[in-house]
Amino acid sequence: MHRIGVFVCHCGTNIAATVDVKAVAEAALNETGVVFSADYQYMCSEAGQTLVQDTIKEHKLTGVVVCSCSPRMHEATFRKAAAKAGLNSYMVEIANIREQCSWIHKDMMSGTEKAVILMRAAVAKVKLNAPLTPGQTPVTKRALVIGGGIAGIQTALDIAEAGFDVDIVEKQPTIGGKMTQIDKTFPTLDCASCILTPKMVDCAQNEKIHIYSYSEVESVTGFVGNFTVKIKRKARYIDEKKCTGCGECIEKCPMKKVPNEFNLGLDNRKAIYIPFAQAVPKVATIDSNYCIKLKTGKCGLCSTVCGAGAIDYTQQDTIIEEKYGAIVAATGYNPINIEKFDEFAYSQSPDVITSLELERLMNAAGPSNGTLVRPSYLSNQHDPEAHPHTIVFVQCVGSRSTECRKGSKEYCSKICCMYTAKHAMLIREKYPDTDVYVFYIDVRTPGKLFDEFYRRAVEQYGVHYIKGMVGKVAPKADGKLNVQASDLISNEQLHIDADLVVLATAIEPDKSARSIGTMLTASMDTNDFFTEAHPKLRPVESPTAGVFLSGVAQGPKDIPETVTQASAAAAKVIGILVKDQLTGNPCVAHSDELMCNGCSACEKVCPYGAITYSDKEFRQPDRTVAIRRVASVNPAVCQGCGACTVACPSGAMDLKGFSNQQIMAEVDAICR
Amino acid sequence: MDKREEILLISGVDPKKCMRCGKCSATCPSYDEMEYHPHQFVYMVETGNIEPLLESKSLYKCLSCFACIERCPRDVEPAKLVEAVRLCAIRQKGANHIKAEDVPELVDEDTPQQLLMSVFRKYSK
Amino acid sequence: MQVNGEFRPLIVAFCCNWCSYAGADLAGTNRLNYPADVKIIRVPCSCRVNPMFVLRAFQRGADGVILCGCHPGDCHYTSGNYFTRRRMTLLFSMLDYFGIEKERTRVEWVSAAEGAKFAKTMNEFVEAVTKLGENKRLEDLRCKK
Repeated sequence: MHRIGVFVCHCGTNIAATVDVKAVAEAALNETGVVFSADYQYMCSEAGQTLVQDTIKEHKLTGVVVCSCSPRMHEATFRKAAAKAGLNSYMVEIANIREQCSWIHKDMMSGTEKAVILMRAAVAKVKLNAPLTPGQTPVTKRALVIGGGIAGIQTALDIAEAGFDVDIVEKQPTIGGKMTQIDKTFPTLDCASCILTPKMVDCAQNEKIHIYSYSEVESVTGFVGNFTVKIKRKARYIDEKKCTGCGECIEKCPMKKVPNEFNLGLDNRKAIYIPFAQAVPKVATIDSNYCIKLKTGKCGLCSTVCGAGAIDYTQQDTIIEEKYGAIVAATGYNPINIEKFDEFAYSQSPDVITSLELERLMNAAGPSNGTLVRPSYLSNQHDPEAHPHTIVFVQCVGSRSTECRKGSKEYCSKICCMYTAKHAMLIREKYPDTDVYVFYIDVRTPGKLFDEFYRRAVEQYGVHYIKGMVGKVAPKADGKLNVQASDLISNEQLHIDADLVVLATAIEPDKSARSIGTMLTASMDTNDFFTEAHPKLRPVESPTAGVFLSGVAQGPKDIPETVTQASAAAAKVIGILVKDQLTGNPCVAHSDELMCNGCSACEKVCPYGAITYSDKEFRQPDRTVAIRRVASVNPAVCQGCGACTVACPSGAMDLKGFSNQQIMAEVDAICR
Repeated sequence: MDKREEILLISGVDPKKCMRCGKCSATCPSYDEMEYHPHQFVYMVETGNIEPLLESKSLYKCLSCFACIERCPRDVEPAKLVEAVRLCAIRQKGANHIKAEDVPELVDEDTPQQLLMSVFRKYSK
Repeated sequence: MQVNGEFRPLIVAFCCNWCSYAGADLAGTNRLNYPADVKIIRVPCSCRVNPMFVLRAFQRGADGVILCGCHPGDCHYTSGNYFTRRRMTLLFSMLDYFGIEKERTRVEWVSAAEGAKFAKTMNEFVEAVTKLGENKRLEDLRCKK
């Protein structure tokens, strides 16, 4: 037996001026199930809410309809009021007779008529409402950060600062990411290592932070507050606890011809190595692809010199399992492979390099100890020819391009304009005898002090910015590079004999991002960047609850933006970890197991991976037991969009709070 | 149909895709021979400024080497536009036929052989 | 429905909670007029609208049904409106085959900031449906008294 109360608000004259509120209240009494109706000046006021509460108690109401402003405004207010009076807060419905009625209609007659219909629809719906209780799930107070670049480091530091345990999983032997390879940062030109390595040390020393270096995420199960993650610790053949990072083993290792990935292959390293001096953790790693002992069984020099006895050739990959309340994806980026852009002769000439390679060439810890030399003279740096005199920068290599066959990207990589200006400026400052040309399509410098920085490169440092593009780079017999380019402003074709050509290569998400995205059921765009929950208002959250995004994994960005997003992601993580219990939205999908036919249609449309299938036993009418595959919804993961309810061919799936019956009742009430 | 539409139809090119980077002109081997360079070609077709192109000798300086098509980052395919303008010129019957005896005057040392061949093929009917 | 000898259509609008319903609220806040014939039903996402609901509305005498959702790519639930677009394309062409003119059904993307677009869309839609007149085709005879 329904006992519905209808409360009509005047909202001063906002509603009462175009809707006859008394008539609406009277009309309500004609609806079956309505036992009380009233109108009041301001229903949302203290007195109005008291009226609602008193009536609930006095008339033992089973449902409340408030005809007032938009539910987006005061639904929460009236739900709270109802809960205080002992009525389940989901037994309240709002008929929007202000924004969607009185404010848009001028005529009292039609306004009142529409208000009555909206009231009827709300009454019809509330009769089918069921009391709902938001689910509670406990929270594991530990966070996982995937990726140990500046994004992951900042996120981990901020979470640890709030007092929560946080683990960083980094696939390289050291944390630090791309920023460790960068020489200077724009627009302040301070040295990247000087600002990054203290943060890395902070990570290592913070007892709340645990670094799993040389490790990868193997699988993720669970949901917000309760993720279970398997982490593969790749065998580095070194006992991390014993290794002191003294470097004695590296000194003695006879395998010297391993391309050094930290210097992008510009020089070589040993088979046992520490990527760079400030590595965290400062522990050696044996490269099993090159180690003579691991490949042939002979050698073992490193273990004889290791005073700590840290070397263990029998080490195996191990899998550890850990529980987390929230996960941050900070998987970072890589420059794209530009070997297919053969017009720039990248594969033909060592003197055509990417910008990241130039960073290493200009870095004091790089292969040339910070002296800018042509890479073809790296082994012969004192040759007078080694110093480049004419340097050509090419912008937008692989960015803003639809040539997907070459692996190029349609988006703007965002950072190239600024780092090219930085490179050009640094080179002109250090070597005033050089001619530096930058070929650009557009110079894009939005950001604080960015355009000023670029103008300084042009005006103070005399970098030649030319609007146009390089069409062809041809290595010449004398070792120079013939650069053929267009100058669109003077409308001529230029031929420049360059010593060094630097390509501002597009950046793309790290290759591991796609598989991690699949594990996390976090959605990705066509470029493999993680999608944010809302492009403007929820930019650090993945649509999957409990998964957050940090850094270039979400889209191209520079260091300050990355750090901003990293801290924002940390704040979101802390917001979850600080709770003991997570309160869910009770308006979630649920499946009627008796009707479910096990077709998986709902599972496929669910953007959150909230639906799982399992085999269940069902008693048949003839008392036998049959096993059927049925869907079940995890209410902690479901966000309540309802896509599955429509996809379900057997009508087993329904949405609480917006059930098929309820919406149908509204349709019927409107079309009466 | 106006000239612009005709050219777009023949070539199947959408000049609006051009982002004005100038890589076509940067890559063009006949650049210095041309009055209108590949990037200008694209722009002029886009804005419907076709008459100067039909008049210009740049049309016949294009070697159809397709370097611009190969390297254009936006897949605009300028060489196809040039070819379409050429076809457009041919279709204006009588207006631009030249006589065989006029040819030697137009030839200089740098004129590619292909050009002579195509001139005879196209205009000596 | 005949009001004072003049035909007034009955329009059911399904609006998603995050964009279009907020857009409708904004139309109200800005006092933008559109006919009272439009009655809005709030759904969490446009993809919650079961084709059944649309059929039911026509069955019960609605003259037009319009669905409003977030712009493609802006869906609060990431991909819901893409489902809507596909489902409704199929449904509407089926309804067309049944004899319910295409002008009586519509899917429109209205963001929370597009109050003006919401009002304009509703005005246009009501006008189009009014021109077609009363919908007689899919009325459930059992509902007629």
